[in-house]
Amino acid sequence: MKQFFAFVKKEFAHILRDRKTLIILFGLPVSQILIYGFALTNEVKNSRIIIIDHAGDEQSRKLTQKLDASNYFEVYRVAQDISAVQTAFQKGEVKMAVVFPANYGNDLHHQRRAQIQLITDGSDPNLAAAIRNYASAIILEYQRELNAGIVLPYQIVPQVRMLYNPQLKDAHNFVPGVMALVLMLVCVMMTSIAIVKEKETGTMEILLVSSFKPLLVIVTKAFPYLVLSLFNVVIILLLSVFLLDLPVNGSIALLFFESTVFIISSLALGILISILTSSQQVAMLVSLMGLLIPTILFSGFMFPIENMPYPLQLISHVIPAKWFYGIVQGIMIKGLGIGGIWKETLILSGMALLFLLASLKSFKIRLQ
Amino acid sequence: MNIQNYSPAPLAIVAEQLSKRYGDFVATDAISFDVREGEIFGFLGANGAGKTTAMKMLCGLLKPTSGKASVAGFDVHSQVQELKRNIGYMGQKFSLYDDLSIEENIRYYAGIYGLGRKEIRLKSLDLIETLGLEQERAKLVGSLPVGWKQKVAFSVALLHKPKVLFLDEPTGGVDPLTRRQFWEMIYEAAGQGTTIFITTHYMDEAEYCDRISIMVDGRIEALGPPAELKERFGAASVNEVFYQLARTANRTE
Amino acid sequence: MGIAVTIEHLNKSFSKTAAPAVNDVSFSVNAGELFGIVGADGAGKSTLLRMLTTLILPDSGKARVFGFDVLNDYRDIRKQAGYMPGRFSLYQDLTVEENLHFFATLFGTSLEANYHLIADIYKQIAPYKDRRAGRLSGGMKQKLALCCALIHHPEIMFLDEPTTGVDPVSRKEFWMILTRLKSLGITVIVSTPYMDEAGLCDRIALMDKGTILAIDSPANLVKRFPYDLYEVKASNRLTLLKILRSHQRVLSAYAFGEFAHAVFTDGTDLSEVNVYLSAAGQSGIIIRPVAPTIEDYFVYLLQP
Repeated sequence: MKQFFAFVKKEFAHILRDRKTLIILFGLPVSQILIYGFALTNEVKNSRIIIIDHAGDEQSRKLTQKLDASNYFEVYRVAQDISAVQTAFQKGEVKMAVVFPANYGNDLHHQRRAQIQLITDGSDPNLAAAIRNYASAIILEYQRELNAGIVLPYQIVPQVRMLYNPQLKDAHNFVPGVMALVLMLVCVMMTSIAIVKEKETGTMEILLVSSFKPLLVIVTKAFPYLVLSLFNVVIILLLSVFLLDLPVNGSIALLFFESTVFIISSLALGILISILTSSQQVAMLVSLMGLLIPTILFSGFMFPIENMPYPLQLISHVIPAKWFYGIVQGIMIKGLGIGGIWKETLILSGMALLFLLASLKSFKIRLQ
Repeated sequence: MNIQNYSPAPLAIVAEQLSKRYGDFVATDAISFDVREGEIFGFLGANGAGKTTAMKMLCGLLKPTSGKASVAGFDVHSQVQELKRNIGYMGQKFSLYDDLSIEENIRYYAGIYGLGRKEIRLKSLDLIETLGLEQERAKLVGSLPVGWKQKVAFSVALLHKPKVLFLDEPTGGVDPLTRRQFWEMIYEAAGQGTTIFITTHYMDEAEYCDRISIMVDGRIEALGPPAELKERFGAASVNEVFYQLARTANRTE
Repeated sequence: MGIAVTIEHLNKSFSKTAAPAVNDVSFSVNAGELFGIVGADGAGKSTLLRMLTTLILPDSGKARVFGFDVLNDYRDIRKQAGYMPGRFSLYQDLTVEENLHFFATLFGTSLEANYHLIADIYKQIAPYKDRRAGRLSGGMKQKLALCCALIHHPEIMFLDEPTTGVDPVSRKEFWMILTRLKSLGITVIVSTPYMDEAGLCDRIALMDKGTILAIDSPANLVKRFPYDLYEVKASNRLTLLKILRSHQRVLSAYAFGEFAHAVFTDGTDLSEVNVYLSAAGQSGIIIRPVAPTIEDYFVYLLQP
């Protein structure tokens, strides 16, 4: 016991006295949450549009106003010449062009049927689709207003409800994903250098000759990072809830429990890397490069896994962050209890155990 | 020193009140000394005493804060390029590439020193033969014993026939026989007129030098032939001389 | 006095192509001895020590420390051994005191319980006890490392080149400490490249390229020098060696500082050598007998 505390005390001293480590440990999660939460967004808000109004009549003006009035769009320019569209897109000034043909008002009035052209910037297909949908919705809404009082013979009116995320806020998607990514990165990076550092400086030799138990080293190296990472979870949650309006529909206690399991699995993975590599540089490279890209690609928060070809889906099953992301989303956004996520929890726990055992097994009691 | 020579040899290195300051910290404190052509001059001192800083200034690698110095006739302030062309340097790490062969290393450095192609070929053959390394010429330097690396590095530093050769702690950790062979190579070079400036913290190597200086806390506390210093301090070895001086030192690394 | 360490035909190679690092080494160390392994970089000293401390497995051969086998009983050996590896390897960002406390606890003891062991040494670093270990001078670091290795009262200490890169004053102090450890009954095996330190040991093993060339007390080794040794000085040091070697009756001549050392065949007339040197242009010639040192003997052993 005494040995355990001596070790833990020493590890804490190492961490707290190393400013660079602290910056990564705390700065990374906070900055990532803020960046992803605030700056990066795929939402459609005040998207600039250009109106080419060949008609110039009351109808076209009314529709233009309606578009402008909505939160989603902002009319950047009204022009007469179609060539303005090309220029506006090339310069990136607008995301969509709305073209009213010359007879718009007339056609609507007399023939009860008019056409509008919507041109979107297809270089970002997701955004273009969203903009198109919003624009169509507004036009449909306007059409209904025009038709007020008229009852059509057959009507199918889809009532769309976005469950769990009615405003389609991206933050709901990103933040749990970023949380998983960042926690994993930080944990793995930190522990991956922990053991290898001792190998590099030579203190490992002395530790080995002192006949301590390998399990003790592993646990004590991981323990301080567990504590500090849980701290991180608190900070991330506070930021997400109060700054980014993320809901926490489920149990916070459950969230912390799951986070602990995930953190342990990441720490154990880091320790395994630390045991198998021979220098801090290599350890950092392996943990950063080896884990960053696969996690971003396969955890599911950036790219939907269901859309991937089957072999890649299999790969994603191996990524711990994928399971944790699902768990966090489940708890925070969907409000699930342990009943809804027991399968993922089991898998995650299994992974943690696996890495721990692998670390123990591969810990060398000799220098070679 | 050659007593038969009645006119003193010209000066190869002259330092006058040479100083290097880093803010408040004075690494080298107004040192003055000179070295004659063909002399073997030992620059001794503990780690942190200021030897490396002084040597870097003489090699044109560091700009002095104050004071003057000239090496091979070139001023360390204003004629650094010419200075560098006329000196050779061998550092502690031997500066050979472990993953190149002996021959490749020699060719590489000969090229860097600006020797022509024909000269390079001739010199590398010559060098390999002199060192007796014909069998090993294609072996990677990394696989050689330390002693051989040292000899090759030394020869490489002399490829362009520099007037002054700077050796920075060249004999750390080699066996006694190799060390002697190395010193014979130094004697040989000095005999041919190359001035040798060697820094070391092995005090017994001082005995091999014509004159030595001992630096303590950035200042030169002793300067002269080893025999004379031993007499002055009543010591049986240069190590003891150093011990007496170092006990009063403030800076130890 | 009992035997502390026995080594039988120990072998270790790190690659199939290079020469073995440790090549058929056999010797033993007595309990309570200050035993030095003397040799240059790459001689195999570190590898040998690492096998004795059970950090590396030998390819073949046996070794025992206090009766425990390095292969199978490594746990027992590790309990009794104190180890100071090559470069300074304590925790640079912990203070002197924190390092000591940590290592004491690691070994299941405490600073207070065993303070008497390190008292003498600790006095020298005590003024810096709150300083981070990374900020100590080389000499201080090694003294701290020694304390941390001693704190659990090991039966045997293995020190790998503890004074390399340390200033001469600290080196001397360190070795005075080592010689005093004998009074505590601790066996000390230390490797060093320095000849003067070799002279301070009870017995030394001269090692080169993985093999042991000779083992004995320094005094006895010096007696083994097979010739009469002379020191020679003349005006032109640079050419002196060449001229000496060109003389028929000179068996060997090598640089040795101010004087060259030379060995002549039996019955050489020294005055004749004197004349020979003068004729070659030397003056101020001195040729006189000198007692051989360990270094002379080592050079003799190394010569092909």
